[in-house]
Amino acid sequence: MMRRIRVLVAKPGLDGHDRGAKVVARAYRDAGMEVIYTGLHQTPEQIVQAAMQEDVDIVALSILSGAHNTLVPKVVRMMHEAGLGDVSVLVGGIIPREDAAALKEAGAAAVFGPGSTLESIVAATRGSVKRALA
Amino acid sequence: MPDVNWSTASATASATALAALAGPVDAALGGDRRALARLISLVENDPSAAPAVLARIHPLTGRARIIGVTGPPGVGKSTIVDGLTARFRAAGQNVGIVAVDPTSPFTGGALLGDRVRMQRWTTDRGVFIRSLATRGHLGGVSGATGDAIRLLDAVGFQVILVETVGAGQSEVEIMDIAHTVLVVLSPGVGDDVQAQKAGILEIADLLVVNKSDLPDAGRLAVQLETMLDLAPVPPPWRPPVLKVSAIDAETLSELVQACDRHFQWLKGEGRLAARLARRTGHELSTLIGRLASAEVVRAAELSGAWDKALEDVTSRRADFYQVALRLLREAGLGSRE
Ligand SMILES: Nc1nc2c(ncn2[C@@H]2O[C@H](COP(=O)(O)OP(=O)(O)OP(=O)(O)O)[C@@H](O)[C@H]2O)c(=O)[nH]1
Ligand SMILES: [Mg+2]
Repeated sequence: MMRRIRVLVAKPGLDGHDRGAKVVARAYRDAGMEVIYTGLHQTPEQIVQAAMQEDVDIVALSILSGAHNTLVPKVVRMMHEAGLGDVSVLVGGIIPREDAAALKEAGAAAVFGPGSTLESIVAATRGSVKRALA
Repeated sequence: MPDVNWSTASATASATALAALAGPVDAALGGDRRALARLISLVENDPSAAPAVLARIHPLTGRARIIGVTGPPGVGKSTIVDGLTARFRAAGQNVGIVAVDPTSPFTGGALLGDRVRMQRWTTDRGVFIRSLATRGHLGGVSGATGDAIRLLDAVGFQVILVETVGAGQSEVEIMDIAHTVLVVLSPGVGDDVQAQKAGILEIADLLVVNKSDLPDAGRLAVQLETMLDLAPVPPPWRPPVLKVSAIDAETLSELVQACDRHFQWLKGEGRLAARLARRTGHELSTLIGRLASAEVVRAAELSGAWDKALEDVTSRRADFYQVALRLLREAGLGSRE
């Protein structure tokens, strides 16, 4: 049997809407993944520590506040510093098309803008797992 | 299950397996939290690796105090774990938390949401929180819960809080895991004491009426006391009924004191040893069952007897018991005809 993919779904920053994050979390669960949901207003430090303790394959960030250009590179850098370079960071939310390339440049494995389907999010998440699943 | 070879060589922690895991285990024991987290995953995912990990850490276990928190969905278990953590941290103790949520039987996925209520401890190095999915294990915890607790114990967490799945009637395995079991109820949720009678209420060392800031908490507490009064023989330990409000830290100090009183009582007159023996027996028999089952099936698959066994049962040539006993005999276990 394959081991289960584990995903941390986190909402960094100040915006208070986690509907989208919860919908994605549910889609991950329905795709057979173990989803650790951490709630609102997470600092990068909290996200990295939770990712470490939960030993996840993926950190999925939901950012609606517009602060993605500062938050994402910070989380990616801190993940590496914590020895979690084999954990992929994904970003979803209100991300303008012109920012997506820069976020990938900064180390995000995938960026999901408005209009991304749940199927495409799940498939890209699966594809971003770096450690062996068997 | 991965293609696990449970033959004696692998199940008894071979020298190579021990050597391969020495690095990660030593790192975890030295305080490396990433190594600890990955070892928990290892024992959870790969039963063939568990013997080597356990061989190394077992001598260091048995020091932690384990408190179980169970009760119906939504009564405030996670919030209470969060509040208890604050108390134990204030007393200078390190706290490990294992929070279990159910795996979907249809997809195999799980939504693990208990951390939401415990976020303030995420960056405290004196706290380590791990969410586990049941992965089909019944009883209110996951199959890996015992090993996860042992790892947390070995690396030095002094108090380990275990939150079970939202439990009702039969999820009572926590009683074989924890020193003290808190059964949490709240007005409106799980307050049908009559219906709960044969369920988890019986395993309570402490009966916690949470959300006592809401109406009807008093009535629920009275119902619970009445239920306890009706016991035909007074139990050796009558669980105190405690009204708390997990969102109000002040009310939790009484809960901590009650936990301490129960722990002191448990330590008297050989009770702790008795509970430990029960727990050890439970875990050992469960493990033997798992190992033996895997071994018997593996041997039967190798010899071709497995297909024949399925065929015999489905064609009604032989019943389940006859075939199971035959396979056990062929694997050198049991002799009953
Ligand atoms: N009014 C009130 N609400 C509370 C209290 N304790 C917890 N809650 C709320 O009850 C809800 C559920 O709390 P949790 O701690 O998540 O409950 P749980 O038992 O862990 O839930 P599951 O893990 O899903 O079974 C949350 O909205 C809490 O804020 C309390 O003492 N009073
Ligand atoms: Mg909970």
